Amino acid sequence: MTPTVVLPIIIAGLYAAGVYLLLDRSLTRVLLGFLLLGNATNVLLLSAGGVAGLAPILPVDDESAINDPLPQALVLTAIVITFGISAFVLAMIYRSWRLVRDEVVQDDAEDLRVATREEIDADERDPEEMDPADRGPGDGFTVEAGPHHPDGRDTDTPSDDVGLGLAGAVEAENESAEARAVADPGQLRAGSQRDEPAHHRREEEH
Amino acid sequence: MDDLIRVLTPLPVLLPLLGAAGALLVGRHPRLQRTLSIVVLTGVLAVSISLLVLADDQGATSVSVGGWPVPLGIVLVVDRLSALMLVVANTVTLGVLVFAVGQGVADGEETDTPLSIFHPTYLILVAGVSNAFLAGDLFNLYVGFEVLLAASYVLLTLGGTAGRIRAGITYVVVSLMSSLVFLAAIGLVYAATGTVNMAQLAVRLGELPAGTQLLLQSMLLVAFGIKAAVFPLSAWLPDSYPTAPAPVTAVFAGLLTKVGVYAIIRTNTLLFPSGALDDVLLWAALATMVIGILGAVAQTDVKRMLSFTLVSHIGYMVFGVALGTTAGFAGAIFYVVHHIAIQTTLFLATGLVERRGGTTNTEKLGGLAKASPLLAILFFVPAMNLAGIPPLSGFIGKLGLIEAGVAMGGVGPYVLVGGAVVTSLLTLVATARVWGRAFWRPRSVDTAEEDVAAVRPAAGTATTTAQLQETRLPRTMVAATAGFVAVTLAITVFGGVLYGVADRAAVDLLDRTPYLESVFGDQVIR
Repeated sequence: MTPTVVLPIIIAGLYAAGVYLLLDRSLTRVLLGFLLLGNATNVLLLSAGGVAGLAPILPVDDESAINDPLPQALVLTAIVITFGISAFVLAMIYRSWRLVRDEVVQDDAEDLRVATREEIDADERDPEEMDPADRGPGDGFTVEAGPHHPDGRDTDTPSDDVGLGLAGAVEAENESAEARAVADPGQLRAGSQRDEPAHHRREEEH
Repeated sequence: MDDLIRVLTPLPVLLPLLGAAGALLVGRHPRLQRTLSIVVLTGVLAVSISLLVLADDQGATSVSVGGWPVPLGIVLVVDRLSALMLVVANTVTLGVLVFAVGQGVADGEETDTPLSIFHPTYLILVAGVSNAFLAGDLFNLYVGFEVLLAASYVLLTLGGTAGRIRAGITYVVVSLMSSLVFLAAIGLVYAATGTVNMAQLAVRLGELPAGTQLLLQSMLLVAFGIKAAVFPLSAWLPDSYPTAPAPVTAVFAGLLTKVGVYAIIRTNTLLFPSGALDDVLLWAALATMVIGILGAVAQTDVKRMLSFTLVSHIGYMVFGVALGTTAGFAGAIFYVVHHIAIQTTLFLATGLVERRGGTTNTEKLGGLAKASPLLAILFFVPAMNLAGIPPLSGFIGKLGLIEAGVAMGGVGPYVLVGGAVVTSLLTLVATARVWGRAFWRPRSVDTAEEDVAAVRPAAGTATTTAQLQETRLPRTMVAATAGFVAVTLAITVFGGVLYGVADRAAVDLLDRTPYLESVFGDQVIR
């Protein structure tokens, strides 16, 4: 059995080129890199089967005169899988092009935001910016109507769990509209216009 | 009895594949399609449970598919580990399917997907996962991985929105890379040994020179490490999981990484029992735990935080595997079972949070404990379980691993034990922050509008938002999540029984003879 030097060189070349292309941001190049890598792996599998140039099955009686059929079956399976996945990647590239007119890998916005945040608890809210009705003593279970609540109405947000509590008594026609803005966005807009100073403070913070 | 197992073994792969074909055929009748998928997955779960009972009773069994004699054909092997994984996996897939059906019905049919493609793809994913757990042949394991990955590509990019395509590209490219490494490893294994049958490999690989063994083992571990998201091969996970629909993220987070962990366990016990790379794995486990959880603490988005804890807790399982003792493997197996259930539950609860609060960003959420006490309970219990608060199953799993580490002794295991405790504490910090922000504190006013716009971009009109606020959480979704919380509590209550199975599975794994005997019969084929 004479080992060949051609196949290892081809495999190495395909792997090198494939990895280089895969590292690119352009998706078409990534796909081409994937195809090269797939072919490199297929040739690798093929070369695991022994000497090239012999038929895989016949003649049956002489084992030394046939090539190992199993790697060829494996390569066939691998080719089919690579083909299907390539089609899928192509469809994704096309979709990406349709959506953002670009086929390079996009940055993860949320990741960048978290990475550039200055302090980890920057999102803690100042009680000053909260709705007066919500400035209760501490936790969410015990919030009661605050002093800024002229009519002392119960400010519980409507509970809508399955089988628990009542669903949404939405009536927001007085000054405490902000408290209920969650339940009625029409009121929210009116409410936030009235509540301009608080809004400005919040924008400055960001 | 033996015949029964032989009949049952192929079914977890066969039933979902046939079900997928059926679901495609009835694609125009959503109700029929839903019923079909649920019936199929219930059947698969029943089969898996019977397999676990039988396998725990009689040990490993193998089935030669198509009747080909052993070294020629493909074998499927059921032992305690694979049967246990099948049961947990199929419980999760069935529960998530119920959740997804609830969400689909609540959202109106097919708002998210142009074709009724979800059910067939989901069933194919289940078939791939089952195939990976049952494969007794390295190439069949590869095919199982490819089947589940191909299905996962479709599920992750459902609807094809810009965000999902962006996340999907990272996921697809990284998964392709790991598949190619795996395939190349199979080629080299075949070149070195002349077989891909795992039982035969177990015999032949041991006769190779140590250097060749090391190369093959490290290639396989890199391939599986990418799938299991072991640091430094984990960066893709928190980037790609959070954008998918809630049920999809839940099933991915619960299952897909654990298939990688399962493959690592098999590699390190059946194929390469020498433990040559145990030290490397040990430090990788430490880095996975600590770096993962530090990432989680920094996040403000619940889904991203959970994705980082997912990476971090993979470290616990790798820790158990790297110890290489019976106690270590038993701890790792129990932790896999616990973590599949708990991570899925948390992602489903987060799906409910997103529905109720309009966003998963903790900077904007608030007041959920008051608005939705039931939801608060559904999130709080698994969150504490994840952090490992006694007496929940997270505590049992961590305790088992820490005990195994202490029993092993030495610098590495002790450092890892310390790392495991710190990670557990930081997990508590991360989940408590979410709890404090999203549930405990009052809701702020000025964020309410954008929240609603974020969850329903297409329906930003005033009437719809008001309706959204009045909508109850869909009953089916809540029931599915509550069912999962009950399952995690059951894992706690029956922790002793489960730990017993995990222990026996670990003994089998290290012994190796049950597996080999099941494939070869009395006489080992070299």
